[in-house]
This record gives sequence, C-alpha cells and structure tokens, in this order.
Amino acid sequence: MSARLTVAKTYKIYIGGKFPRTESARYYPLEDKKGGVIANICRGSRKDFRNAMVAARGAQPGWAKASAYLRGQILYRIAEMLEGRREQFIGELRVQGVTARAAEKEVDAAIDRLVYFAGWADKYQQVFSSVNPVSSAHFNFSVLEPTGVVAILAPEESSLLGLISNIAPAIVGGNSCVVLASESLPLCAVSFAEVLHASDVPGGVVNILTGFRSELSSHFASHMDVNAVIYCDGGKKMAQAVQEAAADNIKRVIRRTDVNWTDNSSQHPYLVRDTQEVKTTWHPIGV
Amino acid sequence: MATPENKLAFDDGWQYSPAPESTDHIKIKKKYDLFIGGEFIAPEKGKYFDTVNPATEETLSRVAMASDVDVDKAVKAARKAFPAWSRMKASERGKYIYRIARILQERSREFAAIETLDGGKPIRESRDVDIPLAAAHFFYYAGWADKLEYAFPGRKVKPIGVAGQIIPWNFPLLMASWKIAPALACGNTVVIKPAETTPLTAMKLAEVIADAGLPPGVVNIITGAGATGAAIVNHPGVDKIAFTGSTGVGRIIQKALAGTNKKYTLELGGKAANIIFADAAIDEAVEGIVNGIFFNQGHVCCAGSRLLVQESVAATVIQKLKDRMETLIIGDPMDKNTDIGAINSKEQLNTIKSYLKIGQEEGGEMFQTSCRVPKQGYWCRPTIFTGVAQSNRVVQEEIFGPVLAIQTFRTFDEAIAKANNTPYGLSGGIWTDKGSKIFKMTQSIRAGVVWANTFNKFDPTSPFGGYKESGVGREGGLHGLDAYLKLENP
Repeated sequence: MSARLTVAKTYKIYIGGKFPRTESARYYPLEDKKGGVIANICRGSRKDFRNAMVAARGAQPGWAKASAYLRGQILYRIAEMLEGRREQFIGELRVQGVTARAAEKEVDAAIDRLVYFAGWADKYQQVFSSVNPVSSAHFNFSVLEPTGVVAILAPEESSLLGLISNIAPAIVGGNSCVVLASESLPLCAVSFAEVLHASDVPGGVVNILTGFRSELSSHFASHMDVNAVIYCDGGKKMAQAVQEAAADNIKRVIRRTDVNWTDNSSQHPYLVRDTQEVKTTWHPIGV
Repeated sequence: MATPENKLAFDDGWQYSPAPESTDHIKIKKKYDLFIGGEFIAPEKGKYFDTVNPATEETLSRVAMASDVDVDKAVKAARKAFPAWSRMKASERGKYIYRIARILQERSREFAAIETLDGGKPIRESRDVDIPLAAAHFFYYAGWADKLEYAFPGRKVKPIGVAGQIIPWNFPLLMASWKIAPALACGNTVVIKPAETTPLTAMKLAEVIADAGLPPGVVNIITGAGATGAAIVNHPGVDKIAFTGSTGVGRIIQKALAGTNKKYTLELGGKAANIIFADAAIDEAVEGIVNGIFFNQGHVCCAGSRLLVQESVAATVIQKLKDRMETLIIGDPMDKNTDIGAINSKEQLNTIKSYLKIGQEEGGEMFQTSCRVPKQGYWCRPTIFTGVAQSNRVVQEEIFGPVLAIQTFRTFDEAIAKANNTPYGLSGGIWTDKGSKIFKMTQSIRAGVVWANTFNKFDPTSPFGGYKESGVGREGGLHGLDAYLKLENP
C-alpha cells in the first residue's frame, strides 16, 4: 500500500488581512533536530514592515472605535478558533522540538490567556480612568485611549503563548500592531495569523512578519509612524539599539524581557495599560 | 462685526494708574549656593552666573554653576538619604510634605514677586496661578504618601530611588512642585535642577524645605546650565529622570538613557489647536483664544498656538480677536494691571523674532498690536499670523512665544485632520455649544489634555502629559504617581 503524500503548508506572512510572501522573495530554512527542512520561512524585509505599518495605521482608528463589547467578543472568538485548532498547534510546537507535555500546556494556556484578555475589554477603562476633583468649577475626567500602532518584537522561546500574551493586551485596548515572530520557532505565529483571519479581527489590526530579528528590530524601533515598541528577549545590545532608535519620535518603549509567560502572574491589566495614553478633558460647569 | 464705534476701549478716557507690587517684603540674597545634603554649599569649582530680570535687564543675583563634581555630591546625598526616607512611616513622610505646602502658602506673596522678577511673567499670574498651584501640588501629593497601595489595584508599590529632575523656565516653582511633590510622596529622594534663567524661586524653595525640617539629602537643589542637566541624566546613581522642556532635548535624553534601566518621564513641546466652531459662544471663545496663546507670554508647552476657526465665523472671530488684543497691556510684569510681561530671556526673544521673520517669508500675514513696549528689557507684542498653510513652520513648530497661527476649516473632519497634523499631541481646545460635538472632538484629538469651552486650566488632581512627540508619561493626579513607583506582582 503506497502511503499518501501529505500536502505541506507554505508558511507566509500576514499583512492587512492577506497572506503574501515576503516582497523580498528571501527565505530561511527551519530545520528539525536532524537537519531536515520543516519549512521555508519568509525572511521578511524592511519593505514588508513598512507595508505592514501602512495596513496597521489604516486599520487602527476603526478598530479603536469598535465598542469594547465587540472587541471583547472578537478576542473571545480568537480563543474559540484556537481551541478548534488545538491539535494543529500542539503538532507544530512538537515538530519544532517542544515536548508533548510542554506543547499541550502552552497551547491550553494560550487559549486561556485570550479569554483572560477578552474579559478585560470592557473593564480596564473602569479600573484605570478617573474623575478628578479639581478646585475650579470644571468637570474633569481622565480616560485611557490606545496609543496607536504598536511594534512588537515577540518572545523567542514562548512562540505561541508569549506571542499571544503581547498581542492580546495591545489589541484589546484598541491598538493595531505589527509583530515579528520568534525567529527559531516561527510556525505557530503564522498559523495564529490564520486563526486571527477566521476570527473577525479586521485586516490590518494584527500583522505578523517572520524573519531575522537582527535585521528587522532596528526598523521596528525607528519607523516614524510607530507609537510604541515592545521588545521581548534579545540581548542588552539590542535593547539599547531599540531604545536609541525609538527616541527619534519619542516612542513608548516597553521592555518585557525575562518574563515567564507560563506563569499566570504574568497576565494582568497593566499589560493593557502599557500601550494606553491618558487623556484628560475639562469642561466648565455652569448655565 | 466690530466697527470703530463699538470697538473695545477699556481705557477710553481713563488711564490705568500704575499698580506695582512692592518689593520691600522680599529677600533676595546677592549670591546663592547649592542646596546639597541639607546645607547651602559653594560649588566645587567656584563658578557663579548671573540671573537677570528680563523686564529690566538688571542682575538680580548670582547663582552657583554646578559641575559634574557637584552633581555627584548631590546624587550621593540623595542616595544616602534614600533608605531612611523610603522606610519612614508613610504618614510621617506625608506630614513633611504638608509642611512644605503650608510654608509656601504662608510665603506666597514673596514667592510670587520673586517669580515675576526672575522670569518676567505678570505678577497677576504668579500670584493667582503659579504659587497657589505649587502649594496645592504639595498639599495634594502629601496625602497620597500613606495611601499608595490604593492607587494601583493588584500591584505592590515600591519607591524607585533617586529621582533626577530637570525643569524649564516657564513655570519655575510650579514645575519644581509638580516634580518634587509626587517623588517625595512615593518615598524617593530628589536631585533637581531649575532652569538657568529662573533659579531663584527654586533656591527659595530650598529654604522652605530646610525650614520644614526635611532630613538632609532628601531634596537637593542644584543650579546650572545644560551641562549640569546632562550630568544628572548620565549619573549612574540616578534611578529615574523626569524632564520638562523641548522635544529636541527630550529626544537627546531618551537616547542617553538607552541601555540603562532608568525610568523616565518626558513632558515636551506642543502645538495645540484651539478649535472654534460656528456654534460657539464667540465672545467667550475669543477670551479663550487670548488666554490660550497670550497666557505667560505664550511660554507654555500646552499653549493654544494654533487657532482653527470655522470659515463662516472666521472674519468675525479674527476681528474680535484683534480688537481684544489691542486692549492687552504689555509692560512691567510687577504691575498688577499688566496682561503680558517680559519674554523670559534674550535668547528666547531672538527665537521668537526668527519665527516672526519665517512666518512672513512663508507668506503669512502678520498682525501685531500697536501697544507701546518699554525700551529696556525683552518684549514681544501679541502677534497673529493669518493666511498660513498646514506645512508652514509657524504652524508645525513650537515657537514658545505670544504668536498665534490662524487657519480656517469647513467641516468637523477637516478640523480634526488639521488639529492632529503635527508631530505633537500635548493639548487641544474646542469651543462649541453642542455637547455631543465636544465628546466626539475629545475622542478625536490625539492629545493628552483637551479643554472644552475653556483653556489653560491646571490642577494637582488632573493628569497632564502628551501623546506622540509631546512626551512620555503623566504628571499630576493619581496617574502621576506611576512615574515615581515600581509596580510589582504582589
């Protein structure tokens, strides 16, 4: 009996709700422990990043205007879709060398983390906003608003749970984002883009690139339309380079190194707040 | 439309008599040393610089120029004071801060007069705005000292350590209070540098802090110029930097801090749009425009330096604005009738003048009031530019003077597009009688503070700070505590 030939997946990047190959037509091979090629991964370019930025900027205002209830439901929907594809993600983690037990644990935690942040959609505002008792005859209140477009250099080791732990708090607060996936474990990020695509997340709200951090991190940090940059892992030298480049347009720089994403204490609404601005409005009281 | 017959003429037939604030009740020493470790000590290298009254160009006093060695001394004093101060019973820490607030209130008249002499702002403003607000900030944050755990639900809070603070010359004492009060309440110790041109009220504040009996080294006040500030930023013993000033310097600081673990907050420049809709109460709006751009000679980062006026009322608003501007009294800042004081320094006056030239070269039409200005001192008449384009430098760049760029718009969307089309995002204003429009506007303006049917209001309970290139972080209110605390998992 001849074995059926499996259909191998082409792993592509995710920009503006579409799955193009990198415009640079470059790749890097993802290999298993024995040196066999698992997949050819897109080696994204600066141009891909810039295209993703256009998509992210375009999508952000509409996403921010969506009601908190709707954003919460869409995040919950992502969790539902991920649950349905649980086995696929476990398989992808395993093929990249993660043990069965750890893979299961990571996927389950990732699904639960989406549910956790889905629930914050219509609550963080109540926790973090304020009415301010000013001394003059004014009504004065402060609310949170999304900072805009967030560039995320995702964790290297925690390629699914860590990825989601950074994307979810950014988008639940109405930001859009451009994400650089784990370089050594990129498969789940690409498949997660497919999950997003099936979850009513508007195109452009999340954009996911694969490629070399050493090549792309400086662009993530220096692009003048990025409002905030989050970096996970990476060495001290990269951290310094990111912070320096970020100063060109006074980006918010959020460091999330040395975080154990499997620990539930790593999930809290301050991750949402990290990419929020405080806006204060004054109005006179009178007739 | 105003006609010559109904033009505003506040002094028609009557002239204002001079109403100068007296100076017999104030004490300015001939020379000020550095306040380090609870003592006034001479700078290591023995250098001093003049601080000048910008309204008369007379030297008021000589102030120490702190070098790297002095900065190091100050940081070491702050480090040394940190363990005891941060571990002190929080309610006791709060009581020290309350003391500062009370002494400032008691000495408010003296502080107001010195602020005006040293910086050039009208005495009415330092008396009614700067000094009362400074005292209020200390009073507000004093009360937080023993309540911090309620501010950040689910987090354990800890002080950061030594805060290095660098403040500008436009609201000298007020900026010092914005920075020192929350830092102390959160259990940090402080090294602060006032601006080069306005050091006097900070040195008077040092006297207050000494009188209040604060432990030595909890607050260190050192004077100097840019190099002194850079030495604070780069000192490894500083854990947090708080800076208020230009976006250019803010960028340099953010770069300098790269690769360190220092926390930072930056309050930088602005180019706020004040947006007047046709349905606004026009006369009130005109007052708001005047307050927005001419308050403190326009030396305000959140000044309403751009006016966006709906086309159908533009001619009326501009005419009324010109008429109102003609009534503004420019002159001796110590006179209680003065509306517009002196430009803070010769250097700043030159910057403003260069923008007046640029604005005209770009094709803008310049209008200045016809008021007389004193011969001595640094002055700039209230100025507006009409006929300017969005790309003009007087529309895009912060001038930090009494210069208003006026544009018109037809639709709501056009107003928002223009308002948001600068790299800044500190503040914005909107004038309309329609509540729903206010809410839509405040949701659409990308700025940290929005004044609706008012402008340039401040309060210790109200967070202040910018979006985009106007800065990072907030000062004031509950949100302002965050900059001075480490938030940790419980």
